This record gives sequence, C-alpha cells and structure tokens, in this order.
Amino acid sequence: MDTIFYTLQDFMIFTKGITYIIMGGILVFMPLFWCFLTQRDED
Amino acid sequence: MATENTQPADSKFTPFNIVTGIILVIGGILTILRFTQGIGAVTNLDNNNPWGIWIGFDLLCGVALAAGGYVTSAACYIFGFKRYHSAVRPAILTAFLGYALVVFALHYDVGRPWRLPYPIFYSQGTSSLLFEVGLCVFLYLTVLFVEFTPAAFEWLGLKKIREVVVKLTMILTIFGVILSTLHQSSLGALFMIAPSKLHPLWYSGYLHVYFFVSSMFAGMSMVIFEGTLAHRWLSHKMDDTHHHEAPGVAFGFAKAASLIMMGYLCIKIIGIAMDNNWHYLATGWGAWFLVELIGFVAFPAILYAMGSREQNMLMVRWAAVWTVLGIVLNRLNISIVAFNYHLPSADRYIPSIMEIGTSVFIVTVGIVVYRFITTRMPILYEHPDYKTH
Repeated sequence: MDTIFYTLQDFMIFTKGITYIIMGGILVFMPLFWCFLTQRDED
Repeated sequence: MATENTQPADSKFTPFNIVTGIILVIGGILTILRFTQGIGAVTNLDNNNPWGIWIGFDLLCGVALAAGGYVTSAACYIFGFKRYHSAVRPAILTAFLGYALVVFALHYDVGRPWRLPYPIFYSQGTSSLLFEVGLCVFLYLTVLFVEFTPAAFEWLGLKKIREVVVKLTMILTIFGVILSTLHQSSLGALFMIAPSKLHPLWYSGYLHVYFFVSSMFAGMSMVIFEGTLAHRWLSHKMDDTHHHEAPGVAFGFAKAASLIMMGYLCIKIIGIAMDNNWHYLATGWGAWFLVELIGFVAFPAILYAMGSREQNMLMVRWAAVWTVLGIVLNRLNISIVAFNYHLPSADRYIPSIMEIGTSVFIVTVGIVVYRFITTRMPILYEHPDYKTH
C-alpha cells in the first residue's frame, strides 16, 4: 500500500485498523466454516 | 492380525531391500567422508549460510512432522478421545524415531558433535533460544523413549517394569505436551533473531506462534499419512481394533486439522496486516508466499473439510500428503529459500548432492528402524497378554 507514515502512531493506527477489520471478517468466517465442517455430523 | 513375519524366508532381495541397501551403503560412504574430511567436504555451507538442509529439512521438518506424538497422545489421554487409542503407539513411535533422527542428523551438522551434551550438562546458555530448544528436545526425546518402552517390554515379556511405565502415561503425556509447546515455538522464534535476513513476508513477530500452530496440523497429517502407508504395507500386522478404528482416526484428525489450518491461515493474514506487508504480495516473493499459503494451507484445509464431510478417505489421504509437503515447503522457505534473500544469486545456498544424499540416508534409516520395530513389537496391534490396557 502506498500510505505514507510520518510517525509510529500513524503506522500503528493504520495496521491495527486493518487488523481489526480482518478480525471482524474472521469472526464471521470461522463459525460459518465450523458449520460447514460439522453440518453432516448432525444428520 | 499376525504376530509373526508372514513373508517367505527367501524374500530378502525385494525391491525395497535392494533400494534401501544401496541408500545405506551410499550413506555410509558419505558418513565416512563427513567425519574424516570435515563438513566442508560434503556440504555447500559457508559463512553466509551456516544452516543448510540438514537443519532446514532434517531438523525443522523432522521436529514438525514428529508432532503427531504429542497431538495423538494429548487427544487420547488428556482430551479423552479413546477412539484414537490405536493410533497412539504408531504416533509415539514415529515421533520417537523423528526426534532420534533429528539428534542423529545434528551429529552431521555441528562442527564438534561430541560436544552436543555440553549445553545440557556443562555450560547452560539460559538466555539462548537454542539452549531452550536443545533442552526440550533432550527431555522430550527421553519422554518419547519412556512412552515407547511399554511396547518393547511387552515384546520382551517384562511385565512388571511395563506396569510401572504404563502408570506414568498421563504424567508423560502432560510433560510431552508442555515440552512440545515450548520447543516447537522456539524453533520458529530462532529466526526472529535475524529480521534483516529473512524476507518480510515470512518474518513476523508471531513466527513462534506460526511454528507451534502449524506443528499441530503437521502432526495430524503425518499420523494420517503414516497410517495410510502402514495400511498399505503392514496391514498384516494390524489387529481388528486397529483396522476398525483407523477410518475414525483419519476423519477425526482431518476435521481437526482443517479447522486448525483455517485458523493458521487467519493468523498468517493478520501477521501480514500487522507488519503492513501487503505490497510485497505483488512481487515474485509474494507469488511464492501465496503458493505456500493458498496452495499448501488453504487448499488442503478445504480438501480436509470436504473429505471429512463426505467421509471420503481418498480425499483425506491426499490432503494429508499435501499438508506434509506444505510443512516441508514452509520450513525450507523460512530456513533456506527466503533466508538471505537479499544476497546475490552467486552467494545463495544450494545444497550439494552429498547433503541431499545424507538427508535421504537419514530418512531411510528411520524407515528401516520403523519397519524393524513394527514387524516385531506390538505397535499396530494389541499384545494378547495385555488386552485390558
């Protein structure tokens, strides 16, 4: 990414912001994947 | 089940024995060369690349793929999945041989192998990660040896001493899990000392977490892979319990490995985000990184998930092979391919044919010893005198 960081705080805010968004995605994805994995067990 | 070797007596010159014999003879010659002419005579190692495939493959891959021991025994004894009990002994044996071969390979790699016990008994470098790895491997090899001994005692008919060791099973399992947690992660942490040498896509502050998490699914995949080979070549040594439980072990481990691999994929993506390494993904190194991450983590994870859902053993077995290859690729990428990535190509390390030959020799020794033990000791079947355990 071409974002220019002038301070460490800029860098941390940017990377942590992206990480939180990804973690939100993971929180949605992993339970769905778990359902996919175990769906047939309940049959 | 058969407790005696059912092969005819005149079958010594089988293709397996001939190929193995040739490899062992070549390995013997390479061993003599290594210990008479020095490490420089048989390797392409230099001051830029002091660690080659004897560390990258024999040690890092050996330790990761031997993780099946702690994973299986923890699943069976700590988490109470008794349906995996028949997989414990083969997994412990594989782990024990894996670690024994790691130490065996280290004798070739270090300059003065007779000093290998020094960090444990003579001069403890307590601030060094390598000391922690050495101590854990030393202790865990001992634990695995003790965990393996009941099979040997049953074979030798030493009932009383076997009873004593069997009573230690739980404490040994707990000790094994703790030691594995420590040194599997520390092997990754070793590379954190070289942030300028390892490519940023592979370097991360979470390297120790990556190594530990990946060791779990490496161990499970190795148990499935080894089970597949055992069913193909040593089926006559298995009892009904082993035959009956094997599919459950494979599907259970496939499901667990799939979930852990997806978790691993997630923390790898988080690692890229935390270090803001997205721009590297558009480079050649990035393409290679994505081959590893998508081709050898995401793909087998999906294959495992589908195999587990559909109860498709072929799919699970292919996923296991693919995952084992992925672990080897990951460890080689970190220790060799992406290490010293900034050096000109003339200074890059390429293993010599003799290094590769020595590694093949060491793996072959492991296969021969595994075959020797499984054809004699109750590894793939329960000894009739000890059925209650």
